[in-house]
This record gives sequence, C-alpha cells and structure tokens, in this order.
Amino acid sequence: MKRGNPWLWSAAVLVYAFLYIPLIIVVLYSFNDSRLNAEWVGFTLFWYKALFNNTEMLLAARNSLIIALCASFCATLLGTMSGLAIHRYKLKVLPVLVFTPVAMPEILLGVSILLFFLQVLNFTLGMVSIIIAHTTFCIGFVAIIVRARLQGMDESIFEAARDLGASPWQTFRLVTLPLIMPAVVAGALMSFTLSIDDFVITFFTKGVGEPILPIQIYTMIKVAVTPEVNAISTLLMLLTLVMIIIAARLESNGSSEGSAKPHTAK
Amino acid sequence: MALLEIRNVTRRFGSYTAVDNVSIDVEAGEFFTLLGPSGCGKTTLLRMIAGFDLPDSGQILLDGKDMVGIPPEKRPVHTVFQTYALFPHMTVADNIAFPLKMAGKAPQEIKKRVNELLERVHLPNFGNRFPHELSGGQKQRVAFARGLVNRPRLLLLDEPLGALDAKLREEMQIELINLQKEIGITFIFVTHAQDEALALSHRIAVMNRGNVEQIDEPSKIYSAPRNYFVADFIGKISVMNAAVMEAVPSHLKLAIEGLGEVTAPAREGVEVGDKGVLAIRPEQVRISHPSHESQLKNHFRGKVHDFLYVGDVTTYIVELVNGAYIEALLPNSAPGRAKFFEVDDEVTISWRHDAGIFLNDSQ
Repeated sequence: MKRGNPWLWSAAVLVYAFLYIPLIIVVLYSFNDSRLNAEWVGFTLFWYKALFNNTEMLLAARNSLIIALCASFCATLLGTMSGLAIHRYKLKVLPVLVFTPVAMPEILLGVSILLFFLQVLNFTLGMVSIIIAHTTFCIGFVAIIVRARLQGMDESIFEAARDLGASPWQTFRLVTLPLIMPAVVAGALMSFTLSIDDFVITFFTKGVGEPILPIQIYTMIKVAVTPEVNAISTLLMLLTLVMIIIAARLESNGSSEGSAKPHTAK
Repeated sequence: MALLEIRNVTRRFGSYTAVDNVSIDVEAGEFFTLLGPSGCGKTTLLRMIAGFDLPDSGQILLDGKDMVGIPPEKRPVHTVFQTYALFPHMTVADNIAFPLKMAGKAPQEIKKRVNELLERVHLPNFGNRFPHELSGGQKQRVAFARGLVNRPRLLLLDEPLGALDAKLREEMQIELINLQKEIGITFIFVTHAQDEALALSHRIAVMNRGNVEQIDEPSKIYSAPRNYFVADFIGKISVMNAAVMEAVPSHLKLAIEGLGEVTAPAREGVEVGDKGVLAIRPEQVRISHPSHESQLKNHFRGKVHDFLYVGDVTTYIVELVNGAYIEALLPNSAPGRAKFFEVDDEVTISWRHDAGIFLNDSQ
C-alpha cells in the first residue's frame, strides 16, 4: 500500500490531535489522585466515588436521562413520520421545513422557543418545556437518516406489498417499518446523544427548577474545575461514544443490506 | 365476456398522453403481451390494471366489474415486478407466503401452498434463504411463485426477464410458458423485446405512443403487420418506396422506382395509385450467384454492400441498382463455411410473388 503524501499525513495527525487531546486529558485527569488539574500524581477512583455521593449531580443526571429518553422517543416518532412524508410527497418545501432546524444556530432556536413558551403559550418552564424543545431540534436529524434509508430502497417493494393484498397500514407494519428500522434506531440514538449533552437550548428553556446535567457541570466549573467534573464528563463521553458507534453501525449495515435491488437489475 | 376489458382508457401526465383511448380485451387463460418501445404506454397501462394508477377516462373491467376506485390490495391481480421487489427482510418462504397471509389463509394451507409453489419453480430447498442469497434467476423464480401462490385472476408481468442474461432468459421463457400452461392463470406480459413477445404470447398488442397499433397472434403480427410501425418494430425488415400499378384480388403489381415491377400479395383497401413501401423480411429474400437464373418473378441484380455473420446465419446487405438496400438471410448450412459471398460481389436477389407486404403511407 502507498504511504501517501507525508504532508497530508502530518496534517491529519495534527487535526486528530487537536480534536482528541483535550478529551484524553479530561479522561486521564478524572483518574488523577490530585485536586489540581496540573500534574499526574497517581491513579484513583476517588472522583467517581465523590460523584456518586453528590446528590445534586445525580439528580441532574437523572433529569437529563429522563429528558433525553422522552425527547428522543418523541423525536423518533415524529422524525420517522417526517422522513416518510418527505420521501413520499415530492414537495420541495417539506424537506426544507424539516431540515432547517438542524442547520439553525442553536442560540436562535433557544431564544425563539423560549419566547414561544413564555409569550405565546404562557407556559411554565421546566422538564416538559425542555423535552419539547429538544424534540423539535432532534426531529430533523431523525428525518434525514430515515429519508436517506428510504432513498436507497427499491420503491416497487412497497408497491409489491400493496399488490399482494396488504392494506396501507399492513404495508407499513410488515414491510416499511422493518426495512427502515435500522435508520429509526440510529435516529433515536442520535437524538439521545444530542439531547443529553445539549447546553444552549436547555439553558434557555429550563426555567429555575430542576438541575440539568450539562448546566450543572457548567455551574461546577464556574467555581473550579474539579476532577469530579472530569469524572462526569468521562462518563458522559463514554455513553455518547457507545451510542454513536451503535448508530453508525446500524446505518452502515442498514444501507448494505437495504440495497434490495437485484445486482443484475438495470 | 372477456376476463379483462379495457375500454377507451386514457391517461395523461400534464400535456403528455401516456395512454390514448386504448381498448383491449383479454380472454381467460390467455398469455397476452403488451409490446412496444419504452414510453409507448405499456407500463402505464399495466399500472392502471394493477391499481397503482388511475385512468383519466375510460373503464377497466375485470370479470365485468369496474376496477376504478378499487385499491391494489383489493384487486384479484398480482404483479411480478421488473426488479422482482422481493421483501429483503423475509425468507423466500415468507415472501411466497405473504399474499396468502394477507388473504387470511390458515397456517397449514399456507405451508402446503408455499411448498407446492417452491416445488413448481424448482426451488424446493430454498425456503429458508433470504433474497440476497439468491442468484438473479432464482429471485425471478421466487417472484413468479409469490405472484402465483394466491391464484390471482390475472398475473401482470412487468419486463420480468429484462435483468437476466441471454441464456438464462431463454430458460426462463420456457419455464414461464410451462408455468402458465400448468397453472392456467391469465398472464399480461409487458416487454419491449419483440423476440420474447413472439416466443411467449398467445396474442400481442403492439403499442406506440399511447396507442395500440395492432392486436393479433404472433404469426399474424410478424407476417401481416398492419402498418409500417409494426412491420419495422417486429423483426428485421427491408423497405422500398413503391406505388401501386395494379390491384386485383389475387395480387398487387407495384412499381419500384429505378428497379421495375414487383408482384406482391393482395391487401384489402389498397387501390391503384396508392403510394407506400414494399416491406420484406430478410428470410424471404434469396441471394444467389448472378449466373444462376432465378425462377422467381421478382428478381433483381445487386451488389453485396456488407454482411453480418452471427453463427447460424449470415445476413447480407445488398445494394440494388436503384441504390436501395435489401437484406437477405442465408443459413450457414455448409459445414465450416461462414459466408458464401464477399463484399462487392455481384449477386441476384429474388423473392416469391407472395412474399413481402405493401404498406400505405397513410397507415
């Protein structure tokens, strides 16, 4: 195999270093037996133990999990329906409407959702408002993944189901849903990871009540960057990483198996 | 009463008329083919029969019942798709069982019927495989089995052999004929391949630009095309401009510009003075050495312009004295000999007085 251009190689190494060294440092210092993030003293699990005795932090983690589960569930449901609709009805404006929130600056979304809740709905901010806000920005991601999966599939499979006696609902349940399932699950995992570490939109829509994990971490850092923050960050990173890997695998498996068209077809 | 009656069906897409006032009757038990070039409306017509598309006007009657407004799943019509459209997440057995399950058949019966069909399409041990583990021909067989298993009144086949290579295609053609004969279900077959249509069908409807040009048995379509389009689309044919000099019940006398007089079979509605073309199939044209005096009335001198050797036969393209080209087919019956004439050889071209067909310009 060719080694390739050495400049390209070093550029790549630098980029990855830039991306991952900060993360690696956070992980390393979460095991450091020192209060300061300055020098390596020795290995310890003390900060994890401290973390699990921090009731405020545990409450925040629990809240964030509830929000992420609810938001990813709603977003998956609505996003899958949007993805199907965008694929089915070739209206140009539909995908734009669904995908725009994905590209929109989060601060804009945060402000607009806040104003909507307060001024239009006169809604009390709290867990519910966060769940709704997270759902709105996750729908687009799910819809994109689901539509991409549908685009790779042979349309006549769905027609065949109808043709052979399945009602529209049976066609969806027995053919469409099983075929897009990898994309639906990938979309759900993606939504979960987006929701659990979202700061900006959460900040705008949380109100004064319950502690939420990313904001709790920020509050702790304001006082001092303790290894406890490193510990919770490491755990969060681990959770996100696992989900992203599963989502990526589902998506790639899905697309290879989903190429249902015969190889010999024109 | 015909099993399927298509009455004055028209389908437009914007300003484009895909199917233009088409009427076709298909009898029970028939192997009926819709043949035409791409864009002729054959697939649109098929989709309307299946229920995926609706006519703008006209009726589609199955067993005398109007199908318009009845969704595809409620029609006793199944389709074999060009891409096979097997469900990739189901096994072969589950694919074939699908229409039976949808029809609410009992599990024992489903099992029995699935095994029966697997047997019939020569895939008895393939029930547990998934579609992606099958070859193209095997997928094709599963698609046939799935379409036939619930005994539809009508099986629609949308260019089902289009994706197969030539050899497999021929095998599947024979299997298809046998399947249809054994099961007795009416087939409507869509194809743009004229050889396939001729080989398989009881009757063929030749379509062009949304219209039906001719509905007939294969041999009639081939030997007595109603117009130039049909003559040209089905098989190979040479044409020469001709004018009618004499029209009597027994024959026609035609004047071919720069060549002379030709005798052709009589045709209804042809009158003296009509202008058109004489169309003649290569296998009806004889090619011989110029020294050989032809006994046939229609014989002319020419020069070999080119030839096409395809193994069993060689097609010679001969330039006549008036500059027109005519094709002559010669079987390579002499062992070890690939051709009888060379380019630029002087030859005699002849054909029987009852060969060829005069086609009016207006038709």
